[in-house]
Amino acid sequence: MAKVLVVTSGKGGVGKTTSTAALGATLAQMGEKVVVVDFDVGLRNLDLILGAERRVVFDFINVVQGIANLSQALIRDKRVENLWLLPASQTRDKDALTEEGVAKVIGELRTKFDWILCDSPAGIERGAMLAMRYADEAVIVTNPEISSVRDSDRIIGMLDSKTVRAEQGERVEKHLLITRFDTARAARGEMLSIEDILDILATPLLGIIPESQDVLRASNVGSPVTLNDATSAPARAYIDAARRLTGETVAMMVPSARKGLMDRLLGRRAA
Amino acid sequence: MRGRSYVAFVFCPAVPILDWLEEIDATLARSPGFFVGKPVVLDLSAVDLSQAAIAHLIENLEQRNIRILGIEGVDAARLTSNMPPLLTGGRACVLAVNEPKKVESKPKTTSLLLDGQVRSGQSVVFPDGDVTVVGSVASGAEIVAGGSIHVYGTLRGRAMAGVNGNSAARIYCQKIEAELLAIDGYFKTAEEIDAISCDRPAQVWLEGDIVQITPLN
Repeated sequence: MAKVLVVTSGKGGVGKTTSTAALGATLAQMGEKVVVVDFDVGLRNLDLILGAERRVVFDFINVVQGIANLSQALIRDKRVENLWLLPASQTRDKDALTEEGVAKVIGELRTKFDWILCDSPAGIERGAMLAMRYADEAVIVTNPEISSVRDSDRIIGMLDSKTVRAEQGERVEKHLLITRFDTARAARGEMLSIEDILDILATPLLGIIPESQDVLRASNVGSPVTLNDATSAPARAYIDAARRLTGETVAMMVPSARKGLMDRLLGRRAA
Repeated sequence: MRGRSYVAFVFCPAVPILDWLEEIDATLARSPGFFVGKPVVLDLSAVDLSQAAIAHLIENLEQRNIRILGIEGVDAARLTSNMPPLLTGGRACVLAVNEPKKVESKPKTTSLLLDGQVRSGQSVVFPDGDVTVVGSVASGAEIVAGGSIHVYGTLRGRAMAGVNGNSAARIYCQKIEAELLAIDGYFKTAEEIDAISCDRPAQVWLEGDIVQITPLN
């Protein structure tokens, strides 16, 4: 059965789009049929991260308004054959999205895909509300700092009240993804610890993605971080997270700042 | 010929008649329409009334919208032709009186239970009594209660107890990291709370006009 998963955070710049692309690509590589939907109408980015920006002809809004049909707007990834993108419109704004239109498109995608990943815009307004509206599951992306955690808490409250599932008395299954986790700064107490974040948000942990230059390098070449270098630390963390999404039990690796003797002698920072 | 029997109210006037009429009035005041559509028989065996007095009594009852079906317990000679007929052979029976059922009103709920976290941006307002939270109250969330507030997690948001002027209301929590604590309008902000900073179960109460925070146990 198709699962609609919203990747959301409240705060901007925490890694929603990066996470959507990485999780989507990994699920597709695992053999699932995946579509990633960009809800950030007017400020789209998912096409860039997936390297599909030069192939956009029709977009989400065109489909909602009936100008194009879904198969015309879907863009198939060139590297992973099970991965598709439904791009947002860059020339419109969030008001172009209607609840009925989104419901229709999501309903149609449910018949075609195993996973529908909705990349939510930042904020708690119309775009973010519609991105989570029809979700079965949610990945809440949080950075280890207090403003991001508080915004995530707000979003969790909305997932529990404003989604179709919540209104029907069902639950939206929630997963917490901590991104941009800097082991060295955490060790110095400059960031919130994993324990503090879990204590505040009281939501099951899906994964911890370490802060890394690999993420920026991958987005520069228009590739999900998991496809660009599957052996990099963030890629491995995303792959583990995607496996947990499918129900697999994968041991949680908390990036540790403890340095080995050799590291200390060489003065290297642990990744 | 066919017979049919009806159950009738029987009025037994007693002297003084004026007091007895007041009793009828009291019944009517409690439930107007109590005698509407019911056959009423006047039993005059307990009193000795003249013809004029009987006529006056019937008139008084008619003014109260009570029409007499028949009269018993009196000599036929005392009745005129335009009075209700004389009845005999009445048998006593028990009347099932349909007292209007009292509407069972549920006692008003005086507490509110929240089973889980209260998230940032959520506002819980319950002016009727206590609020209990089985979980934490996040930074940016607020609880407003007419009574006391009980938090079985960490209180990180705002808690306002006794908002209807209940200065005896208190705030209890497992851990205080609150942004604002208020009881009956007197408050402490995070800055003032930090100085006391309790990392254990605590209660907040009002002493005069000062909000006090003391550890529990």
